[in-house]
Formats: sequence, structure tokens, C-alpha cells
Amino acid sequence: MSASLIEMRGITKSFGAVKANEGVDLSVAPGEILGLLGENGAGKTTLMNVLFGAYAPDAGEILVEGRPVAIHNSADALAAGIGMVHQHFHLAPRLTVLENLLIGIAGKSGRIDRARGLARLTEISRQYGLSLDPNLPVSALSVGEQQRLEIIKALFRGAKLLILDEPTAVLAPSEVDGLFAALRSMAAQGLGIIFISHKLNEVRALTHRCVVLRHGKVAGRVDHPAGTTSAEMATLMCGHEIVPPVKEASTPGASVLTLDGISTSGHAGTPLRDVSLFVRAGEILGIAGVSGNGQRALADVISGMLPPRSGTMTIAGKKVAQFSPRELQALGLGRIPEDRMTTGLVTNLPLVDSMVLPRIGTEAFSRKGLLNPAAIRAFAEAQIEAYDIRCPGPMVRAGALSGGNLQKALLARELAFDPKVLIVSQPTRGLDIGAARFIHEKFLAMRAKGCGIIVIGEDLEELLMLSDRIAVMYEGRIAGTLPSADATVARLGLMMTGAGHTGEAA
Amino acid sequence: MSAVFEQIFQVGFLAAIIRIATPLAFATLGEMFSERAGVLNLGIEGIMLLSAMAGFTAASLSGSLWLGVLVAVLVGALMGALHALFTVALGLSQHVCGIGVTLFCSGLAYFLYRLIFGQQSVPPSIGGFKPVPIPLLADIPILGPAVFNQFTLVYLAIIAVPLAAFVLYRTPWGLSVRMVGENPRAADSAGVSVIATRFQAVILGGALMGLAGAFLTMAQFNAFTFGVVSGRGWVAIALVVFGRWDPWRSAGAALLFAFVDALQLRMQASGLGHIPYEAFLMLPFIFTIVAMAIMSRNAVAPSALLKPFRREER
Ligand SMILES: Nc1ncnc2c1ncn2[C@@H]1O[C@H](COP(=O)(O)OP(=O)(O)OP(=O)(O)O)[C@@H](O)[C@H]1O
Ligand SMILES: [Mg+2]
Repeated sequence: MSASLIEMRGITKSFGAVKANEGVDLSVAPGEILGLLGENGAGKTTLMNVLFGAYAPDAGEILVEGRPVAIHNSADALAAGIGMVHQHFHLAPRLTVLENLLIGIAGKSGRIDRARGLARLTEISRQYGLSLDPNLPVSALSVGEQQRLEIIKALFRGAKLLILDEPTAVLAPSEVDGLFAALRSMAAQGLGIIFISHKLNEVRALTHRCVVLRHGKVAGRVDHPAGTTSAEMATLMCGHEIVPPVKEASTPGASVLTLDGISTSGHAGTPLRDVSLFVRAGEILGIAGVSGNGQRALADVISGMLPPRSGTMTIAGKKVAQFSPRELQALGLGRIPEDRMTTGLVTNLPLVDSMVLPRIGTEAFSRKGLLNPAAIRAFAEAQIEAYDIRCPGPMVRAGALSGGNLQKALLARELAFDPKVLIVSQPTRGLDIGAARFIHEKFLAMRAKGCGIIVIGEDLEELLMLSDRIAVMYEGRIAGTLPSADATVARLGLMMTGAGHTGEAA
Repeated sequence: MSAVFEQIFQVGFLAAIIRIATPLAFATLGEMFSERAGVLNLGIEGIMLLSAMAGFTAASLSGSLWLGVLVAVLVGALMGALHALFTVALGLSQHVCGIGVTLFCSGLAYFLYRLIFGQQSVPPSIGGFKPVPIPLLADIPILGPAVFNQFTLVYLAIIAVPLAAFVLYRTPWGLSVRMVGENPRAADSAGVSVIATRFQAVILGGALMGLAGAFLTMAQFNAFTFGVVSGRGWVAIALVVFGRWDPWRSAGAALLFAFVDALQLRMQASGLGHIPYEAFLMLPFIFTIVAMAIMSRNAVAPSALLKPFRREER
């Protein structure tokens, strides 16, 4: 075996009854990009948190450049040359870029050494082509820039191994290319990189070698990712073949949701400007666009969280009067928000509460103003069963579930009441292909039952696969709508930049 | 009316403001350090009382005022550590533990005071600190006698403000404090011990609260009574919000409060006798409520305030 930079041997870690990692072996050589794959909940993040000293393993050892090291906390990991970019960023939004970089770094004669920090920042930006304004507060950075800051932070501390936990899940497709260029340049200069992603084409394009986890154990290794197909990798991950869902032809019915000349104001993010669109029963409308072009406002208007300044909205022929979430729910709207942690579920409460939250006052779950715990529990248990939500039971804290399982729980909750219209944002962000496939199938099944679905997303391939028509948003307007038969990634990409204004409502 | 005005704004007025502001400034800075690290310390009222009592006792038994100050600071730090033990190490509710610390400290102060001094009709007093004029500076008209002819502890408070700002904004430790108060996970993954940093900040805060207590019994009143703190701790908590968790603004808030308090004292003493004195007593508190209502609307608390940190939780 060639001299490895990092080696993990027999790592085991349990959370209560859950064995998140079991006897995992893994190594990375200098200059190597290792892909770490696995379904949601397979234990990838846990394994990396063990390597980074955030979790203490129950068994196993870690070797850095051949020598065993004891890593008890992140300080030890940093000292050993291990840096990590977490799935959820670890930054303080109100502090500046430079302050976030200098945290935990000893100063000069008791003071923060700004000058040296700035010099080091310039050096890193020259070496790897990563630059940032040091004096901006982190809250002013885009998500892509925050991620760059996290990478710089690790390099700043002299990381020889960089762990990236699903770095591309939060990036727009154009930003991914920039990230990959930086990662390749780091590897070329001798850094080791561990890259976690659910997007298998990315893994095949970037990594030199892959380790696949399943239920906490190593399920397989791939030595030439570029020479393997995504289907083969998926089979390794899930233990069975993943077949793409079939989209059957359907003839859409009458319009179930119509927006006419909707404009908004007073909203964080881009406001809507004169947006008109419709979805018919049994139809999926994709909304493409670089994030930040009004998708947030669109989703908020449709789900009743943002009353528009002008324009009208009709659901199944009824004009929306109040724009409250409750009214829209009563009219038959289901909603799966972009951020499952903040507007989707209540992470600190038992899962069962979140599963019934939007309909807590309805007859199904309460009688004469009192909750009906038996009905609530029965409902939650039935959904957990039907959607194969992996969790210890309905009483578990919602925040303890893995991303894929949270998304399934949200989906179960919204679909249980046969919505006429469903609005979803980024439905499969962060989900493994098995879970994504499951969700796609559910959407297509709802479509077959006559539900009108709006899917807001950045993943063009997913939109093309699901949608009947695709509308592109640009600067708060609908830049054009195409039947998906006419749409290609290239054509959509062009429309997303505001160029090539094509098509009327098709 | 102008006679009343003159009486209010006489030479001693400025000096009175400074004197009233001093314990508030110590307490506010102490609470600010604690909160910047993410720990609300509702124990402040009790910590001030217990330190005031301990400092007074040590000074009157030993005859050394500075020993008294030292004891007050140590007691404050110790009680800070107690609060940190509950809220930081054990991650218990900061509200409940803070009130618990206040009740515990108050009870202990009463108990020990009775035990040591017994029941006396006139509370024992000590010869407290004397003003120390600073040569030359004390001769500046108006400002001189008011600011530069004060107790050493007042000078200490004046130095403490820029010092606190320096520590918070210019030192690595200060950055760590701000970081653990904003995003402890970020600090943890940068190799900073969240637990240790929070402990240190809460202990430092307790020590400053101890200084505030020491000032009350050894410079301002020169005696210990059970009402010696009388809500100054609670006021300090409000002033931290008013001062938006910043040392300079917090000190400014303390000065402003002291101004209103000094004003109300003068108004009580002046010819406005037909108004019940309780009405004047209310003034500074009404001021605090109004000021808070206005200022706290766009004040943003440290994001991780009240949130315990447990590493393996997500
Ligand atoms: N802090 C924790 N407390 C309790 N259980 C946990 C914790 N962290 C992870 N788990 C559990 O351990 C298992 C592995 O989780 P982990 O986050 O490592 O999965 P993952 O492979 O990163 O999944 P994803 O692709 O969704 O990010 C899951 O069953 C999860 O519920
Ligand atoms: Mg993960």
C-alpha cells in the first residue's frame, strides 16, 4: 500500500441503538480525491465527524501519515492537518470573513494578528484561485461564497486533508464547475480530499476512487469511478437495482391553479413582477432558474405566506381571497418547502407532531377543541409504514432523522390528504438516488391521479424528467415556458441567464 | 422654576451621575461578557448582593478595603462559575438557573450577614473609600471635580470600558467569546473549546458583578443593607440590550440611566414637594422601559444566547 495521508481502521460508532458506523476502513493518499457514497443515513457524515474529532468513536483507530493519532476534538484534527466543510456551514453570520478565519488562531502579543491573516488569505487565493473580501460580514455572502470561506478556513489552518460533506447540494450548476476546478488544483498540489455527494455523475467526473457505505458498513469500493456507470454505483449503494420511473403520457384536464399578473413587494429576495402561470390537473409544471430569481417569492405566494401586491390567484376555480396558509390548505393545496428544517418541520418536537401540524385543528386529529392523540399517532404510524420512513418511532425528535427521511415525512404528510395542487421546492436536494426515485414516483403517481404539481428546482435533468412543461424564472418574471419535449439543458440554461427569450405560455 | 433648575444642575450633579453609573457600568459589562458568550446570567442581582455583603464583611473584619474588594470579586467569580456549571457544563435552562443563583445568593447573603453581625438597630458601617484627586486633571473647571476627584473604583470603571472593548474586539479570546455566542458549532470546529470559553466569560462577568457589589458597600453606602442592590442587577440586564451587547454603548446606557436617576434624586430634594417622591423614584425605570422599547427593536441578540452546546447533538 502506498503511503497514505489518512487511514481509518475499524471505526465503529453508535447513537443509542443505531449503529451509524461499523468497522469501517478507509484511506486517502496525498493528491487523491476519494468519493464517499451511500444512501441517506448510511453513516457518511458520522464517519467524517469521527475523523474530524466532533464525535468520539466507540472503536477503531485513525492514522495520519502512518502514525496513530488520538483525535478527541476538532482542535486535534486541525493540528493533524484535517479540515472539514460541513453539510451545514459552521460560520458566524454577523462576524466578518476575516474574523471567521482567525477564530481559534493565537494572536501576536495578545492581539488578533490581522496583518498576518490578510497575508495568508492572499496567499491562499493566489495558490488555489479562491478569493473573498475579508471585511464583508458572512451574512452578506452567497451560499457559494460561504462554502468558499469554509474551504479557505480549512486551508488557512494548514489542512492536508479536506473533507467536503455534500458541497454541491447547495450550489447552482454553474458554481459546481468553479468548485471542481479548485478541488482539482488542490489535489494536484498534494492535498487529499474526501468528497461526499449523492450526484453520481459528479462523483464519476471528479473522484479517483470511491468507498460505498451501506447501513454503516463498507458495502464496496470502486477503483475507477470514471469507468463505472451510475447505475452500477447505485446498485452498490442500495443493494438492488434502481430503475428510472416511467412517465406515462397523460392528457391534462382543467387548470387547477392559475396566477394572473401577480406582483409582490416587501419580501426578502427578488420580488415577483407580473407573473402569470397555470397548472392543469394531471400535469407537472417545472420552474427552472438560477436560485434568487424570485422562486422563493413564488413559492411563498402560492402557499399563502406572502400576500401579493397585485394580481389574482385561483385554485380549482375558486379565487383566493385571504392568502393565508390555512385558506389555501382548505382549497386543496399541499406544500413541501425548500427548507425542511425551518418551515417544514419542528425539529425539536417529536416527529408525530410535525406530521399532523398543518391539519392539527381539523376533524381528523381533534374533537371539540381537544387533540385526539390516538388518531394522531395512528396516522403517523401508518405514514411511517407506508413511506418506509426509517426512524425509531413516531415519538423520536424530528431533528434526529436523516435528510431523506425528513423529506419522506413531509411528503407523506402532504400527500395523505389528496391535494389538488402541490407546490414543492428542491424536492430531492440532499437525497440519495433511491429516495429521490421514490419521491419522483410519488409525484408521477399524484399526476396520474389528477393532481397539478409545481416543482421549483435547480436540477435541470430532474425537471426535464418530471415536467410536462417548464417555465424559466429570471429576475422575478417568467422568462418563457416550454413544453418539456422542446426543452434541453442547453436551451434552458440560456433562458436562465436572461438571454434567448423564447416561447409564450405553451 | 429657574431656582429649581439651578438646584438640580449644581456642580455636584455631574459627579453624582458618575458615581451612580459606576456600579451599573461594572454590572452591565459583566452581563455583556456573559451574554456575548451565549449565557444569560439572571444571577446578577444575587451575585451583586452576595459580593457586596462578602466584600463589606471582609473589609470590616480585616480593616482593609482592598481586601474587601478582592473578596467581592472572588465571590462574584465563584458564583459566575456556579452559574456556568449549571448552564454551560450541564446545559440546564439559563433562566431557571439564573433565578436560582439569585435566590441562593440572596438567601446566603442574609443568612451570613445575620450570623456575623447579628441583629442591630443601626447597621454597622465602615469608613469607605475616599475620593482620590488626580493631580492637575482635578483642577479642570467643572469636569475636574466631577470626574477626576473620585474613588479609585470609579477610575477603574472608566478604564474598564475601553479595556472591555479591546478584549472583545481585538484579542483572540474576545473573538472566541463572540464566536461561541454566535455559532458555537463554528467555534468548536475551529478548534476552540466552547465550554471553556463560555466558562471563562461567565466567570469574568461574575467578577465584574462582584466589583459592582463592592462599590455599593465600600464606596457608595459604606454599609450593607438588604436593599443595597435594589434592582441594579435587573437594570444592568436591560442596559445590555439597550447597549446592544457592545461595551461602549452599554457604558453609555449606564451613564444615561445614571443621569435620569441623579435627576430624579435632585427633583425629590428640590421644591417639587407636592408630587409624591415615589413618582420620581419611578422615573429611571420608566426611562429604561421606554428606551428599551425603542432601542431593542433593531437590536440583535447573540444568536446562540440561551442555547446550550452539546457536541454530538444535531
Ligand atoms: N447526533 C446524532 N444523534 C443521533 N443519531 C444520529 C446522530 N447523527 C447521526 N445519527 C444517525 O446515524 C445514522 C447515520 O447518519 P449520518 O448523518 O451519518 O448519515 P449520512 O450518510 O450522512 O446521511 P445523509 O446522506 O442523509 O447526509 C442515521 O441513522 C442517523 O439518524
Ligand atoms: Mg450526511
